Amino acid sequence: MPLDNVVFWVFAPLSVATGIGMIVVRSAVHAALFLVVNLFTIAVMYLLLDAPFLFAVQIVVYAGAIMVLFLFVIMLLGVDRGDARNERLFGQRTTAVILAAAIVAELAAAIRAGVGFATRAPEGFDAVNAGGNPSALADVLFRDYFFPFEVTSILLIVAAVAAMVLALRRSRALTQREIEEHAGDDLEALAVAPPGAPEQVREPTP
Amino acid sequence: MRTPIAYFLLLSAILFAMGSASVLLRRNALRIFMGVELQLNAVNLSLVAFSRMHQELDGQILAFFSMVVAAAEVVVGLAIIVALVRRTSTTDVDQAGVLRG
Repeated sequence: MPLDNVVFWVFAPLSVATGIGMIVVRSAVHAALFLVVNLFTIAVMYLLLDAPFLFAVQIVVYAGAIMVLFLFVIMLLGVDRGDARNERLFGQRTTAVILAAAIVAELAAAIRAGVGFATRAPEGFDAVNAGGNPSALADVLFRDYFFPFEVTSILLIVAAVAAMVLALRRSRALTQREIEEHAGDDLEALAVAPPGAPEQVREPTP
Repeated sequence: MRTPIAYFLLLSAILFAMGSASVLLRRNALRIFMGVELQLNAVNLSLVAFSRMHQELDGQILAFFSMVVAAAEVVVGLAIIVALVRRTSTTDVDQAGVLRG
């Protein structure tokens, strides 16, 4: 049995098992950790498919940055927020499982018709990956896809600004009079401007 | 390369179905978001597999761009969830009826 077959049959069942674990498990933190393992197995699949650069990017960006962001938000919002146990739509679970199985069946039929289950990729990807995969990718990226590449930089800046605007909590400085009037109340809630209220002018604290 | 390319595509199909099952089953906004991430990764896997099959690097480039867009999408999506929790103090998507007409 050739080595890449062995690697595939070790990591593909692991990928499916962690995916099922992500759906079934109740705690959001456990689901996120299952998803991390799942993304690692997908990275191994990239390595099998002669894409070592995407393997590294997948681990750094997905399993690293994005999942850390997920875990950070889960911790920020409170770990113990479990999912509601009761079914609010009748037969939601059964329908969801049937629909997922239908997607698999449909795609399997499409793969059988379009590619065929026995088709192997041609040997010798080294000619395409001449000079190493990252170098070859850079050639294509900066020659044929230069404009989309520049557009993604704008997209990332817009996303960063959007995240700051969305997560910003507009607060104002309280006057001494307000502090005296609301003694014993939640001053922090008072300082947060009500949603939709016009921007308050910051007053210098006395 | 002895593994048939269809195996990678089948794995991608199964992962995509599991992602959509997670979206359909869960009501916690974060869990739904994780399902969407799994769907994106499944499609990326099929893109790289097709890139290997056709001996072209364009599929890998498309997967790369999809990762960049997914990173931007995660940032904005998580910020929306944080803003939603501040307003409604729940992550349950059934409770968020703000946009209901």
